[in-house]
Amino acid sequence: MKLRLANPGHVIDINPIEPELNYIRQEGNEIRIGALTRHVNMLESDLLARTFPDIFREAEAVLADPVVRNRGTMGGSLCQSDPAEDLSGVVVALKGKAVLRGPGGAERVVEMDEFHIGPYMTAVGPTEMLIEVRFPIHPGFGGAHEKVERRAGDFAIVAASAALSIQGGTIQTAGVACSAVGPTTMHIKRAEEALVGKAPSEELFQQAGQMASADCSPNSDGRGPADYKRAVAGVLTQRALSRAAATALR
Amino acid sequence: MLVSISINGQVYSHDVEPRLLLVHFIREYAELHGTHWGCDTSNCGICIVLMDDPQSDQPPYPVKSCTMLAAMAQGYEITTVEGMAKPDGTLDPIQMGFHEMHALQCGFCTPGMMSTGRWLIERHPNPTQMTDHEIRDGISGNLCRCTGYDNIIKAIRWAAAYIEEHPESARTAR
Ligand SMILES: Cc1cc2nc3c(=O)[nH]c(=O)nc-3n(C[C@H](O)[C@H](O)[C@H](O)COP(=O)(O)OP(=O)(O)OC[C@H]3O[C@@H](n4cnc5c(N)ncnc54)[C@H](O)[C@@H]3O)c2cc1C
Ligand code: FES
Ligand code: FES
Repeated sequence: MKLRLANPGHVIDINPIEPELNYIRQEGNEIRIGALTRHVNMLESDLLARTFPDIFREAEAVLADPVVRNRGTMGGSLCQSDPAEDLSGVVVALKGKAVLRGPGGAERVVEMDEFHIGPYMTAVGPTEMLIEVRFPIHPGFGGAHEKVERRAGDFAIVAASAALSIQGGTIQTAGVACSAVGPTTMHIKRAEEALVGKAPSEELFQQAGQMASADCSPNSDGRGPADYKRAVAGVLTQRALSRAAATALR
Repeated sequence: MLVSISINGQVYSHDVEPRLLLVHFIREYAELHGTHWGCDTSNCGICIVLMDDPQSDQPPYPVKSCTMLAAMAQGYEITTVEGMAKPDGTLDPIQMGFHEMHALQCGFCTPGMMSTGRWLIERHPNPTQMTDHEIRDGISGNLCRCTGYDNIIKAIRWAAAYIEEHPESARTAR
């Protein structure tokens, strides 16, 4: 609103329902995070650190600054649909699903690929709100978030989020996302497909990085020229994958 | 719309535009000019005030008042730099620390810095053991264009040590 990008007729403060929507809990084989869960809660959550080591903590530690993290929420981060969001990258890599609720309590569950439809645009309808994000749990999990920024607390020049689950020496599931290098959070599906079913190796992660580099679509701006960002996306993706694998095998 | 906000223990009620930001409510309606207004984009931390949620058991925490509508602050207790000292004028330990360690030059960033600094001390299990990294990370949402930060870090340390020696000085908003 301050940047005059939006001029709504009405603004509803949802903070008063924080007691109902600020939670991180496990239900069955899923982690559920309420839309009004603050960044600081995700940064400090032991359940998230245990279940998804250490992708949330790494992303939250470099997301804005402690004062912003006191107020900013899961819901606000996803619904802002800023392509440079760190947390959106994490949610895409973890294959999170957004739960939207509309009039009369009607709910629908939306995959991240359908959720972010463009810069500052989401699938949330005018009479809906995001209430929760659900994440599948995988045994043998390791994750990582890599970010290059101009200064502490700034939005990314480029960031990469990686999520792997490894069992029996083989990658079972893979999630790769890059932030700030396209109109929305870039889901690098080609890299994911190339990883699943293979044994983790630096060579494999380098190939995945090259795919991220090729498949993203950065713009040149004050944060750097497009070809530089493309190169950084590749390097960060490789680094994030390699650290994610080390964590998974720990 | 009528907005009532409790600031430093006093309730201010004013008929304001719904779009009014908390920082402007504090400066223009409550006429407390110690809270400054800089970048207006949540980057510089000049406008930070402490917010206490009476429903929560968390200590008062710093928020950027340029990024909150005044209407959203209803029901919370706000503390600005004017509300830091005791009623008898005794400075809060964080204010003493900034004074002792010469942690300000122009003073523009100081109210926000002190608010964040006080929160860092209050929330840390062992404040005198805070590492330089913890303090630097803690104030990374507060910009200072004068001091180079070193004396600010010393001041926060000074206050943490003072509170340890004088536990009665560690007043919290409750
Ligand atoms: C100085 C600064 C630095 C930052 N740096 C970073 C960074 O480094 N990395 C990063 O990832 N992010 C960064 N951010 C962004 C920050 O993480 C998000 O903008 C913030 O968490 C969203 O704020 P909020 O939760 O208060 O949402 P709001 O600002 O209140 O809302 C954002 C949008 O989402 C909508 N919305 C919010 N909740 C819901 C819901 N439940 N359902 C439907 N719509 C909803 C709102 O209507 C609005 O359009 C930074 C922000 C600032 C101010
Ligand atoms: S004025 Fe800069 S953060 Fe509020
Ligand atoms: S003392 Fe001048 S900006 Fe910090």
